[in-house]
Amino acid sequence: MTPQGLEPVLRVREGTKRFGGVLALDNVDVEVFAGEVLAILGDNGAGKSTLIKCISGVHRLDAGVIEMDGIEAAFHNPSDARELGIETVYQDLALFDNLSPSANFYAGREMAGPGWLPTGMRFMRRRAMSVATREVLDRLHVGLPDLERPVGLMSGGQRQAVAVARATAFAARLVILDEPTAALGVREARGVLDLINRLRGEGKAVIVISHAMDHVIEVADRAVVMRKGRVVGELIPTRESRQQIVSLIVGGEG
Amino acid sequence: MGDRTGAGSWEPDLRNTGPSAGKTAANASHPESPTDSSDPEATEIVERARFDRSLGLALWFLKAGPVLILAILILIIAVISPVFLTTRNIGNVLAQTAVIAVLALFQLLVIVTRGIDLSVGSTLALATVVGALVYQSNGSGAGTIMIMLVTGLVVGLVNGFLYVKGRIPHPFIVTLATLTLVRGVALWLSDGRPIQGAPEVVLTLGGKSMLGWIPVSTIVVVGTALLVWLLTTRMVWGRWIYAVGGNPEAARRTAIPTSSVLISVYVLSGLAAGVAGVLTMGRTNAGAPTFGALAELDAIAAVIIGGASFLGGRGTIGNALVGALMIGVIRNAMNLANLASFFQLIVLGVVIILAVESDVLRGWLEQRVRLMQATRS
Repeated sequence: MTPQGLEPVLRVREGTKRFGGVLALDNVDVEVFAGEVLAILGDNGAGKSTLIKCISGVHRLDAGVIEMDGIEAAFHNPSDARELGIETVYQDLALFDNLSPSANFYAGREMAGPGWLPTGMRFMRRRAMSVATREVLDRLHVGLPDLERPVGLMSGGQRQAVAVARATAFAARLVILDEPTAALGVREARGVLDLINRLRGEGKAVIVISHAMDHVIEVADRAVVMRKGRVVGELIPTRESRQQIVSLIVGGEG
Repeated sequence: MGDRTGAGSWEPDLRNTGPSAGKTAANASHPESPTDSSDPEATEIVERARFDRSLGLALWFLKAGPVLILAILILIIAVISPVFLTTRNIGNVLAQTAVIAVLALFQLLVIVTRGIDLSVGSTLALATVVGALVYQSNGSGAGTIMIMLVTGLVVGLVNGFLYVKGRIPHPFIVTLATLTLVRGVALWLSDGRPIQGAPEVVLTLGGKSMLGWIPVSTIVVVGTALLVWLLTTRMVWGRWIYAVGGNPEAARRTAIPTSSVLISVYVLSGLAAGVAGVLTMGRTNAGAPTFGALAELDAIAAVIIGGASFLGGRGTIGNALVGALMIGVIRNAMNLANLASFFQLIVLGVVIILAVESDVLRGWLEQRVRLMQATRS
């Protein structure tokens, strides 16, 4: 599946991260390409979350480098990562339940003017934000009953879709999804998996953390398995390799 | 997996395909197709639609509730009392409501951020005392108003900074402290006595009427309301106030300046107390350390009974204004009916309980709406 002869959108080289005496990431090498869905698998405490937090700028690696398009990228905080085109959807979704989808999309980066006023004093271009939001949602085939309705009145799947769409709208290169289907029923999970497929169709690189093996098999092009902070295996997830993946995760012989 | 029992409006493709870029094609929104009427599934859909409609109706009613109640209240009182709808009495109600309304408009912003400002009544008093003292010493109208606004601003800044930078766990504590402290300062500066006299501008703003019955203070309220409306619905800062109230953690992550936003609502609330001080001083031609006693509770009550959520994130200027007017109307009606003032307190208390209870009910109904969205087929 991996596109040959291309520079990966993002590459972590020999990434190492320590929390006190605990080695959370141990010499981790991971890469993800444009138009590819990479699953990161592992048991709790395997280092998945630490890895994505390093990639999204929440933590900094103690050793090793993160490269974007083959060039070393220095992230000091989540804003840096965002500016480089990386958006992360955490499990809590970080949505504003009291605001509409478009207000959620543009929270903290509202379209507003005139430019000579300080940001907070500017007047919002609400119509433009609405239109742009609708465009993104339409493009990703996310149909919401009412775009002016606060997000808090939407179902878990719809909220997940809004959060993913928001990330997609601003992620030029890479979207990171942390357990995107964990809290959802079967039907709503389907919608989100489909959405992930569309992100790939748009040529974004996608990293998914998930415990739901069926979902990983269905949606991921490649899977990296982590255990105790190290990458212990990499394979293409299929129904046939399912058993192999599970044993890699739990550390059995397989 | 793979059984197509009908999809919601956005769950599209149920094909069980392997990972490939080609599977992105999908048919997104297929409208719910009506099925046979004999189908048990169809009856379920009909029932669900009925439930959906009643849910929507209940939510609409809760939203419109305060306005409806106010309208009904006005209607009943108008029928009972022939005096109620005279221009003179309406002017009375408006004049009595002005201070509560100004305070409530900004208490709203504080409550939207999940906070509370208990200090506004004391701040109002301090502003009138400081204003009266300044007027005594130099007689300048503009100077008096200016110093009163600055007084409010300073108390607001103290509240905001103590809460945000002092990391005091809840604004209730901070503003409870300044409630006492500021009242104490007002008593100290005035020797516990009212100070007579106010400049002409202040008398006009707080006590005069236009066209014979429209209080100038009502124009001040309308102007203030317009500014708050601009802030809350049109300006980026206003959006941030709601964002911080809706999800403080997410606001921080999206690079919204949470601390400044929080400080700003207390500063604005303090400033509003200064304005309310000007109106009070104009109505009474004096500054006194006892002014504004329990005004903070009126303001908070107005916001809540007007329909804003005490849990934060939600509420409009309409809520604050309707709530303030409702308090004014209830008081006025009780006065017209010659009922003792303790009845006013009892009635207001009951109204507050009803308002908060309906907020709880709204939360529960919205929970149902969410579930419906998830299970809809």
